[in-house]
Amino acid sequence: MHAIEETIKETCKKLWDHGEVNRILAWEKGLFDYDAAPVLFRSRERISRLVYNEHCGVNLSKFLIKEMEKEGKVLVLLKPCDTYGFNQLLSENRVNREKVYILGVPCGGMRDEKGLLFKCLSCKGNDFKASDQIIESDLSVPAPVPSGEEEKLNKMTAEERFAFWRGQLSKCIRCNACRNVCPACSCIKCVFDNRDSGIEAKANSDAFEENLFHIIRAFHVAGRCTDCGECSRVCPQNIPLYLLNRKMIEEMNERYGTYQAGENPEAKSPLTEFKESDPEVSAEYGKGGVSSC
Amino acid sequence: MLKMPLKCLDALFLELSKEHQVYAPMEKAGSVSFFPWKEGDTVCLDTLLTDHSPKSFFFPQSETLYRARREEGSLSIVPEEAEEISSVYFGVRACDRRSFEILDRVFLSTPCDSCYESKRRNGYVVTLACENPEDTCFCQTFGIDPAWPGGDVSVWIADGDLYWKSLTEKGEALTELVEGLFEAGDREKAEEEKAKIRKKLEALPLKDLSLGRFEHPDSAMDLFESEQWETLSDTCLGCGICTFLCPTCQCYDICDYDSGHEIRKFRCWDSCMYPGFTEMSHGNNRNSQMQRFRQRFMHKLVYFPENNGGVNSCVGCGRCLRKCPSSLNIVRVIKAIGESDAEGGNDE
Repeated sequence: MHAIEETIKETCKKLWDHGEVNRILAWEKGLFDYDAAPVLFRSRERISRLVYNEHCGVNLSKFLIKEMEKEGKVLVLLKPCDTYGFNQLLSENRVNREKVYILGVPCGGMRDEKGLLFKCLSCKGNDFKASDQIIESDLSVPAPVPSGEEEKLNKMTAEERFAFWRGQLSKCIRCNACRNVCPACSCIKCVFDNRDSGIEAKANSDAFEENLFHIIRAFHVAGRCTDCGECSRVCPQNIPLYLLNRKMIEEMNERYGTYQAGENPEAKSPLTEFKESDPEVSAEYGKGGVSSC
Repeated sequence: MLKMPLKCLDALFLELSKEHQVYAPMEKAGSVSFFPWKEGDTVCLDTLLTDHSPKSFFFPQSETLYRARREEGSLSIVPEEAEEISSVYFGVRACDRRSFEILDRVFLSTPCDSCYESKRRNGYVVTLACENPEDTCFCQTFGIDPAWPGGDVSVWIADGDLYWKSLTEKGEALTELVEGLFEAGDREKAEEEKAKIRKKLEALPLKDLSLGRFEHPDSAMDLFESEQWETLSDTCLGCGICTFLCPTCQCYDICDYDSGHEIRKFRCWDSCMYPGFTEMSHGNNRNSQMQRFRQRFMHKLVYFPENNGGVNSCVGCGRCLRKCPSSLNIVRVIKAIGESDAEGGNDE
């Protein structure tokens, strides 16, 4: 890993010196050994503090939105899974490809003090779906381990599932971290932050409201969620938000064929494209178009 | 000093429950926080920090102030009656206990906040010494001793026994209720436990953290103008994790909830990290995330102490160190800005 980090630093310096980029989104050592902090490097000198190790779990692609307002090109380090989020932002015109230099960095699975990150258990593989340059290595990503939670939920009765979600979502404190970290949640002003929307909410006004927040968000990112797992990683209350998104993905795959958001920025999401072969959902599944809920 | 076998904890809680609602750290849906205890519940005394901070005992995330409803052509306004429920909060840590003093300064100073006051008056705080402090702890920076956690009653756990020491009148009242369960405790045993804890504190990575320039109010303007804020806040997501989990963050907003047949006026936690925070008719006075980020730490380490006899609005609990998605936290700010020289030497 250390050799990779050195190569990354050298590559960054070279690109900086050639005037290719004028700032870098990468990681620095945080307070503890198991902690790498995302940082925007604004000077060449600072590159010496760049780290790349098994604690660089944060997906940096979302930070690019803010960088688009600035002059010049920004270099971003993206792991294979992070490139899906980047493509999603690209396909929605939230980043400008011309203003980003993607340095693909190899990954062998990311860890915190407790071990392999949960999101790494559903790793998408070694392929970079976007890059300008890739740092080669013989690292290989961890093999996916199914969580089994999706099946458990599917097997529940509607009442049990309702109780499960009420229990989980009642922990929500409306910190909005899931939304703010999500590469699919990229509205300039979120409806929940808009005082004129009539549904602006800093905190739950009643017990049901925060439940609805997550359900509305899951619908909003349906077809655009890459299943990157950042929402579950950041949730301070350990709510398994990924399960809501995976349910959406499962339902869409079943109806419209397998689709992976962020794999190809040119591809159209099944929910933004109409094909004659699309199923007539309400005819097939009844009112509401829901099969098993 | 009194003692009883730890395995009789249920009996202790049952006894307390006869006159009070007991709250203790418990696991619910994969997360440990303080919940109302009832017979048969399992208490998590090994959990150092609850996911929710105990500030919500007295300052809940959301609380109704009054309801307004139109009835037969006239408007009725019904203030929410404050519930006078006597509660025992068992297992509060030293850092969180100190946070109550900070909240008191805000809510109990004139004009006194009646919603907070009634809950605080009816609350009995039983603290628990931190047997196993963690890497993210830095309460010592603020002069807090996790071996001597304070409150109405302090509790230590050593060798399968629970040691109980009443510290206030309220604590005496609780002790009277439960005395029958205890026997006289060996003072030395508790002292040994304290010494053990203090030894562990010596090994913590942040034990020597000092506030540096944040301790000198005359440098406020230099701190405000530090170039480090820009770099530090670059990767701030602007979420509310730090403010909502923080035991001392106490900003709130007052909102309306229109149910269609009545308006409920409620107050809820607000976060200075949010773009809509303190929005006024002219707009927002802090337009960038850098300004919002700077405000949070300047408030905790400069403005609050300036107005409160040098007391910082941080207790070193470390929740922000554990939970910030971008590994930004008050310790990184202190190290980058407080520990640097006036020229901004640390280059965060």
